[in-house]
Amino acid sequence: MARATNVDDVTVIATESLSKRFPKVTALDRLSVDIGPGVTGLVGANGAGKSTMIKILLGLSPATEGRAEVLGLDVAANGSEIRERVGYMPEHDCLPPDVSATEFVVHMARMSGLPPTAARERTADTLRHVGLYEERYRPMGGYSTGMKQRVKLAQALVHDPELVFLDEPTNGLDPVGRDEMLALIRRVYTDFGISVLVTSHLLGELERTCDHVVIIDGGKLLRSSSTSDFTQTMGTLAVEVTDTDAHPDGTAALRERLAEAGVSVHAREEDGLPGAGHILLVEATGEETYDVVRDTVAGLGLGLVRMEQRRHHIAEVFRTDSAEATDVAGAPDASSAGITDPPSGPAAADQAAEASAR
Amino acid sequence: MTTETTRIHNIGYRDYDGPRLGRAYARRSLYSQSLRGAYGLGRSAKSKVLPMILFAVMCVPAAIIVAVAITTKLNDLPLDYTRYAIVTQAVIGLFLAAQAPQSVSRDLRFKTVPLYFSRPIERVDYVVAKYAAMASALFVLTAAPVVVLYVGSLLAKMDFADQTKGFAQGLISVALLSLLFAGLGLVMAALTPRRGFGVAAVIAVMTISYGAVSTLQAIAWSQDSSGAVSWLGLFSPITLVDGVQTAFLGATSSFPGGDGPGAGQGVVYLLVVLALIAGTYAALMRRYRKVGL
Repeated sequence: MARATNVDDVTVIATESLSKRFPKVTALDRLSVDIGPGVTGLVGANGAGKSTMIKILLGLSPATEGRAEVLGLDVAANGSEIRERVGYMPEHDCLPPDVSATEFVVHMARMSGLPPTAARERTADTLRHVGLYEERYRPMGGYSTGMKQRVKLAQALVHDPELVFLDEPTNGLDPVGRDEMLALIRRVYTDFGISVLVTSHLLGELERTCDHVVIIDGGKLLRSSSTSDFTQTMGTLAVEVTDTDAHPDGTAALRERLAEAGVSVHAREEDGLPGAGHILLVEATGEETYDVVRDTVAGLGLGLVRMEQRRHHIAEVFRTDSAEATDVAGAPDASSAGITDPPSGPAAADQAAEASAR
Repeated sequence: MTTETTRIHNIGYRDYDGPRLGRAYARRSLYSQSLRGAYGLGRSAKSKVLPMILFAVMCVPAAIIVAVAITTKLNDLPLDYTRYAIVTQAVIGLFLAAQAPQSVSRDLRFKTVPLYFSRPIERVDYVVAKYAAMASALFVLTAAPVVVLYVGSLLAKMDFADQTKGFAQGLISVALLSLLFAGLGLVMAALTPRRGFGVAAVIAVMTISYGAVSTLQAIAWSQDSSGAVSWLGLFSPITLVDGVQTAFLGATSSFPGGDGPGAGQGVVYLLVVLALIAGTYAALMRRYRKVGL
């Protein structure tokens, strides 16, 4: 009932110049952000301060400076109450292998304060909702990674929290498992009505799941905006082709031909990734770009190894940033840097400048 | 009329608006789960074997003593209530070595601890629940044979007042022993996420300290320095308990020569035991300070 009337319907999480300093590193640096209901992605490279932020929001680690509120409760004073109304799915493995999922989740439900009968009922319900059926009676040691992730999610949801923190829930999953998990996370909000804060270092996978994305780097807020801002200019295709006798360097030939056809090909190639130098990054202006690429490849008689939507890695935010700053000639590049639009507000601009200076 | 037969089952998500019983309830749940776990209850059949065998091994000699006492119509039990735990200390040590790591090392090894701390309970609740559960499990193990002896002595129509007094002293003694052993076992187990190391550490500390102390005591006794005998008892858990119960609980000492500490020395023994219990509790609190998420 408190849920319907409270002001925390507007803001689920609010931080105000939140800082966390360890003797040698600054994990969070004056982070101020307001997060409303819905699915929010917290994106940052490893060590950007994502886990530290969750720890502080759960009231388990005191902030060095600043304050934070979760569901309208102060994290420093009301940690226990917050944790009763919040769920947490850790990044690492946390399941004892010799216990069944049912026993484990029932125990965790009781640890959240649910009476025994309710704990059993909620466990059965929750495991069904995350897609775990007969195997829930078997010891968890024999589960696949996907099943384990589902149990981890179930234990975070079993007490029907108002908000869940999911730390890298897609880690270790194959593409299909990843998509299923992302769909499940979406349902946690749309069907279950539970707000979600999900962390990832992959911006690409969050843009489809989240309503809002917060990007942090080095403990600083880089950007906080709704996902629709991101998706407009996110159309980059990765194309890889084979070489033939007629075209010993298929990639170069394709690049030339595509440029003739009026498709903008990024000068920058992927580096540091497998297949570097053989993958062309093509600007997709719409559906027709796919056809142009297909026809061009066919016209050259090359084999098309792959043509896929590029998953934007968080590192790119910074890489394209510095590319913009140093390489002014790469005009077509700028459009790929949609995620680094001029940030709003003078403070954010400062931070962006700092990021590109790196 | 169709509502009877065509019912729509709503299998969508249901909110929970029942009671949330909070921190104290969660602590109790953790306590009972850990206590049951120490006897393998609610766990696999395999993990019930060892604790149940040890429990039987503890109780069978008591039953035999009682049977003998009843059939031969003895006037007093051949073994004191307070002495029973000293005689069976190897079994108690084995139980502790097997179950203390089971209770705490698993949570560390499989990183379940963060899941507990992301819930309403605090560090102190976790430590208190685990400590209380281990001590209770040991108390069940050590008090059960004492109860068997007491029931038997009443059946054999021994002196009621005498037996009741001995029984009460025995219970106090094993309660103290349970607290002390549980603390020591849990601290050693909590230092390592590897269960095997925990088991080895507990067995080593229990047997080596007892072996060393009793050897030194024997040497001291043969050198006629009986003063040293009772001071040496301060350095192993089981001789500590022995000393306390000799001084305050009317027990006969198992030290060489049967000379336990007197009342004055007994105070030192008691203080050391209490300091160890408090110290192990503090060490556990410290251990879990850094194991947040």
